[in-house]
Amino acid sequence: MNDAHGDEVHAYTIRLELVDEPGELLRALGPIANNGGNLLSIFHERGNLTPRGHIPVEVDLEATPERFDDIVEALRDAGVNVIQAGAEQYSEELTVIIVGQLVQTDLSDTLSAIQDGTDASVTDVSLSAPEGTENGASARLRLATQSGETETVLSAVRSVAGEKDLRVIEPLTGGGEA
Amino acid sequence: MRLAIVGAGAVGRSVADLAGGYGHTVTALADSGSAAVDADGIDVAAALERKREDGQVGTAAPEDALDGEYDALVEATPTTLGDAQPGFGHVRTALERDRHVVLANKGPVAERYDEVRELEAESAGGVRFEAAVGGAIPVLSTVEDFGPNNIVAARGVLNGTANFVLTRMAAEGLDYEHVLAEAQDMGVAEADPSFDVEGTDAALKCVILANVLAQGERTYRLEDAEVEGITDVPGSALELAHEDGRTVRLVGEVSGDGVRVGPRLVSEHGDLAVGGTTNIVQLETDHAGRLNLSGRGAGGPETATAVLSDVGRLPEL
Repeated sequence: MNDAHGDEVHAYTIRLELVDEPGELLRALGPIANNGGNLLSIFHERGNLTPRGHIPVEVDLEATPERFDDIVEALRDAGVNVIQAGAEQYSEELTVIIVGQLVQTDLSDTLSAIQDGTDASVTDVSLSAPEGTENGASARLRLATQSGETETVLSAVRSVAGEKDLRVIEPLTGGGEA
Repeated sequence: MRLAIVGAGAVGRSVADLAGGYGHTVTALADSGSAAVDADGIDVAAALERKREDGQVGTAAPEDALDGEYDALVEATPTTLGDAQPGFGHVRTALERDRHVVLANKGPVAERYDEVRELEAESAGGVRFEAAVGGAIPVLSTVEDFGPNNIVAARGVLNGTANFVLTRMAAEGLDYEHVLAEAQDMGVAEADPSFDVEGTDAALKCVILANVLAQGERTYRLEDAEVEGITDVPGSALELAHEDGRTVRLVGEVSGDGVRVGPRLVSEHGDLAVGGTTNIVQLETDHAGRLNLSGRGAGGPETATAVLSDVGRLPEL
């Protein structure tokens, strides 16, 4: 989970998703305190929803690497959904739409090629071909990638799509989307 | 100020029509085959009437307009690519005569920006081209006010026809061909819509913006832009985008990496998801965050407004 060693205390950020119910926040913080984590701050983004319709919560804490691993494990054991933990985090989500002869050019091979060429993982795929796949189709891909890797991932998607003569409708990056 | 207007399309005619209200005198109006010229001011209404009736604005030769009396030449001939002629020649003529030039024509500043600036440096006249980017929206004057140094990037939706087509496709679940035919019936798209839907028009505007932001350190031309249009965007792509709270817009981006135009996923309720023929430009500033400028990006009176704002910014010769 991380490459730090020893008893030295490090700062960590954990992103959780909570169901919007009373007591959920407390239930999520219990495993942190019980495993020797020192809470630094809690950012409870009420009013903001994750793609699954839950509330994102960002927790900053201090712990030794060993204890941090215990904390993440305890959270998961308690049924709390941990989106990111520590340094190895899939911190950015990226949505692209690819268009063209998706089925004929082997969609699953396309997805594998995208994952193999980058650190990204395809977390969701929706396919639409209202006029039958022989007339071309569109697929929406959700990719999880590490912070700062967005441009690398997009360029990999472009090159995989280019080889199969597929079009890519990219999200706006750089400066973010309005 | 005395204005000679070259080009009697929707923009040129509107400039002629509105100039009096701004306190200017039109000393010449030329179309491709004729001109009305009078150093004391032409009868604009009569010239526009002749244009409607006979297809000609007057009895003089078009060159007479360029050689006549004026303080500023309004260049509103159709945008051409490559050598940007005859627009570029008109700019040269006016600047060599130490007159000002106000462009609505994108060609000269998109394809030969460095040459236009060199001619300007040798001339007592100046060159302005607010109308070439985003119609009525004050994009270039805002850049000028902020100072190009303080703007790190720009992006925007700069073609109303393409935006209308994408908006209707998303709203009605129709395919590109259906919506394009509707747009042509409504006069929103031209009989040959390729300039708009293939991204060329948006790219030219982005190239001009890139030239202004680069401040002479680099000159961009259309060929430097990476351009993709919307002709291959199927209805199913818009549907998938919608399911995810997004939509597709033909977005032009200008940054240190260059100029890029293509269909992009944007948040359905975000600033860039303007509807219909509306245009928007976002400027990323160094010290003041993001600036959104939106409004009508095309049309005769709209574009003429930008031309006349430019005329108002010109110093007396």
